[in-house]
Amino acid sequence: MKAFAELYQRLDSTTKTTAKVDALIAYLESANALDQAWAIYFLLGNKLKPSVPTKALRTAAIEAAQIPERLFEETYQWVGDLAETIANIIPASRRLEHGSLSEWIELYYQPLSRVELAEQVKLLLDCWQRLDAQQRFVFNKLLTGNLRVGVNARLITKAIAEWSSIDVDLIAHRLTGQWRPTTEAMSQLLEKGSEAKSPSQPYPFCLAHSLPANFEATLDPQDFYAEWKWDGIRAQLIRRNATTFIWSRGEELLAGRFPEIESAAAGLEDGVVLDGEILAWRDKAPLPFSELQRRIQRKSVSKKLMQEVPVRFIAFDVLEHQAVDIRSLAFEQRRAVLEALIAKNYPESAEVSQTICVNQTRTAATWSELALQRDQAREVRAEGVMIKRKDSRYETGRVTGAWWKWKLDPFTVDAVLIYAQRGHGRRASLYTDYTFAVWSDGVLVPFAKAYSGLTDDEIRVVDRWIRANTLQKFGPVHEVKPHWVMEIAFENVQLSTRHKSGVAVRFPRIVRIRDDKKIEDADRLQSILELVAARQG
Amino acid sequence: MARFQHLLQVTPAGLYCPAGDFYIDPWRSVNRAIITHAHSDHARSGSAHYLAADPSKSLLQLRLGMDIDLQTLPYGESLTLGEAVVTFFPAGHILGAAQIRIEHRGQIALITGDYKLQTDATCTPWEPVACHLMVTESTFGLPVFHWPSTAQIIDEVILWWQENQHAKRTSVVFAYSVGKAQRILMELSQRSSGLGPVWLHGAMLGPMRAYRDSGVKLPEYESASSAPSGTDFSSALIIAPPSAQQSPWMNRFKEVSVASASGWMAIRGTRRRRNLDRGFVLSDHVDWGDLNRAVDLCNPEELWVTHGFSETFARYQNEKGRNALPLKTEFQGEVDGEEVQA
Repeated sequence: MKAFAELYQRLDSTTKTTAKVDALIAYLESANALDQAWAIYFLLGNKLKPSVPTKALRTAAIEAAQIPERLFEETYQWVGDLAETIANIIPASRRLEHGSLSEWIELYYQPLSRVELAEQVKLLLDCWQRLDAQQRFVFNKLLTGNLRVGVNARLITKAIAEWSSIDVDLIAHRLTGQWRPTTEAMSQLLEKGSEAKSPSQPYPFCLAHSLPANFEATLDPQDFYAEWKWDGIRAQLIRRNATTFIWSRGEELLAGRFPEIESAAAGLEDGVVLDGEILAWRDKAPLPFSELQRRIQRKSVSKKLMQEVPVRFIAFDVLEHQAVDIRSLAFEQRRAVLEALIAKNYPESAEVSQTICVNQTRTAATWSELALQRDQAREVRAEGVMIKRKDSRYETGRVTGAWWKWKLDPFTVDAVLIYAQRGHGRRASLYTDYTFAVWSDGVLVPFAKAYSGLTDDEIRVVDRWIRANTLQKFGPVHEVKPHWVMEIAFENVQLSTRHKSGVAVRFPRIVRIRDDKKIEDADRLQSILELVAARQG
Repeated sequence: MARFQHLLQVTPAGLYCPAGDFYIDPWRSVNRAIITHAHSDHARSGSAHYLAADPSKSLLQLRLGMDIDLQTLPYGESLTLGEAVVTFFPAGHILGAAQIRIEHRGQIALITGDYKLQTDATCTPWEPVACHLMVTESTFGLPVFHWPSTAQIIDEVILWWQENQHAKRTSVVFAYSVGKAQRILMELSQRSSGLGPVWLHGAMLGPMRAYRDSGVKLPEYESASSAPSGTDFSSALIIAPPSAQQSPWMNRFKEVSVASASGWMAIRGTRRRRNLDRGFVLSDHVDWGDLNRAVDLCNPEELWVTHGFSETFARYQNEKGRNALPLKTEFQGEVDGEEVQA
């Protein structure tokens, strides 16, 4: 645990990619295969299942520190991070233990995961006594399933490739899908040769950048295909060995969630991998994302729900055809393969041809032509358009140049800050999580929570103001004097019975502080309702 | 609170002692001010007469000017002001920092000012003072603050410095220019002398001189600004005030690793927000354990808590059975990760 905690600290204390890669390589050099596998497992964002309930950690921490529960809660509120609060609140230990990461999982986590709360508390007290504060922090992070340390899959892939001298794309491919922390998985990862697959093995997703500001001048529209950018679930559909696998962009297997897509996919020939978007769809248009969410939340779906929220897979790329990896073909060629494939496998008549279909592309001679199409996105309930280079290969991860997203400008309203709460992580202990309100019949009604978009300096100013202008506290939530007007952007808006204001907005975030506006100048709920009406009309 | 009316009152200008007609660390101009120590949030200009502990003389004159009317008193000696008897006891915070003991009609009040129990070779160690009323700071009055030993932190500083030297990076430590900087330099000078060159930010020179004038045996260092052009800083350790981090002054160093020495560095969020490569947990305030220990040793009948986590700590003391209350002060020195520039 010591070496892994040191790795965590090294990753955490730098923003430089090279320093992070060096730290990862140093760890891989010194660790055995099982520890390597577990480290990769956690750094890729995987969690221990089941996690240890925070109730057990809290109870044990209060006992170990011998402090009242309220003092613990106040301290946690101030620190903003449970693992860190506990790590620091416990008196220094005198009997450190030198077990490695995998030994700690085996000897301490596994027993912890099998017993009941009271027993967990006892085991935790014992565990913490064997770790120093830094190790305790990392161990707690693992137990609570939240190890976030500023490395992404790409960086880990790069470090492993550099360390093992295996091609970086091959490592990326082998790491895609469900990584199991075992010595076998580790030796498969590092195998010589160029093959990567178990039948379910997905490819790394190709990701897009937003169009740069001056793209009209630098990019030629004739080099690109344009297609709708849908607001659904990005997914990879795999048909191999007469079996279907559907992977989310978060590299989670979505088995059983979308039975109609799985059964439609049974009509596909073997050795095919499609990239596309899953959408809730009725008649000629997608349903709101919140409808699709009802489908995601359930591991198995009822007939009733399937009828209420029908889904479809809109394919926009093909990565494997006739069991051959065709990612290095030009997009233009892959499109031709895709269209022929869908036409061949789903001749017109069958209803499945709607469950699995192809995203239409178009070309244009000028950017203004495409801009017109983008402006229509809201009408067809798309987020905007994707611009994809005709001659680009299917890239691994977010590579500049191949795919661009050109989203619609968001809705914006001016709203008043009325509640504030402390943030987490980097912003722990500062008041950074805000609730905003708009006017309705002369009263401010809360309509959105937002916690990003301000600069560190702005946050400091607002934080100080909040401390001095709190009207009352509801636990961690401070009600503040209505004073700050901020511009809030959001992607979408829907009527909602769960919210006081009667509307729910999607991806709300702070655009800027409106110093030039008084609270009376903030927007009215009515104008948001009009946005809803316009969108539905 | 009413019980000690004759000893101490909270007024708009600060803590006031009616029996002796003086203020302690007032934030407005008054006739007579007693100053606990020479940090800017405690020693403010504009008062007619000042009284402070002997060793703080040079620092106060540096801060407030040579022309202030300043009377000083050695630790442990008493002075009668009006009907009150005033005695200074070392606070261990920085050079000259004092706890102020006020006695009147057999009742004793103690104002700790800022203080710490950890050892510090640049100032006289803290002493417990038995009292009826204690006014304590609570800058780090949460149970997550537990200071590692000074020796351990200095080991970390040296190791980090050596790693940077190896990578040809300049090591820059941000620390208060009064107190923290001298404490670090003293600790380093007591280790091996061949660690590498040390340079200071210009703002450090005045306080360094004041320390040496007061008899603290600190080596002399020069300001990095006075280094000949082309000086190679890649193996050097630089000590600078926190305000230097965002200034163009930093441009003179090529590759740098930046660190801060402060109690707030115990919290990951504070370190990350400030874009620091390293945080050294080194504080001149009491941590949670020492704060509770100090209160127990002084064992007051009533405890007033100020500067920091006043409400939280006062409530905790109440729950433990001590009569405690938070003191609302107009001016808060160090609050929630924001340090005042010294």
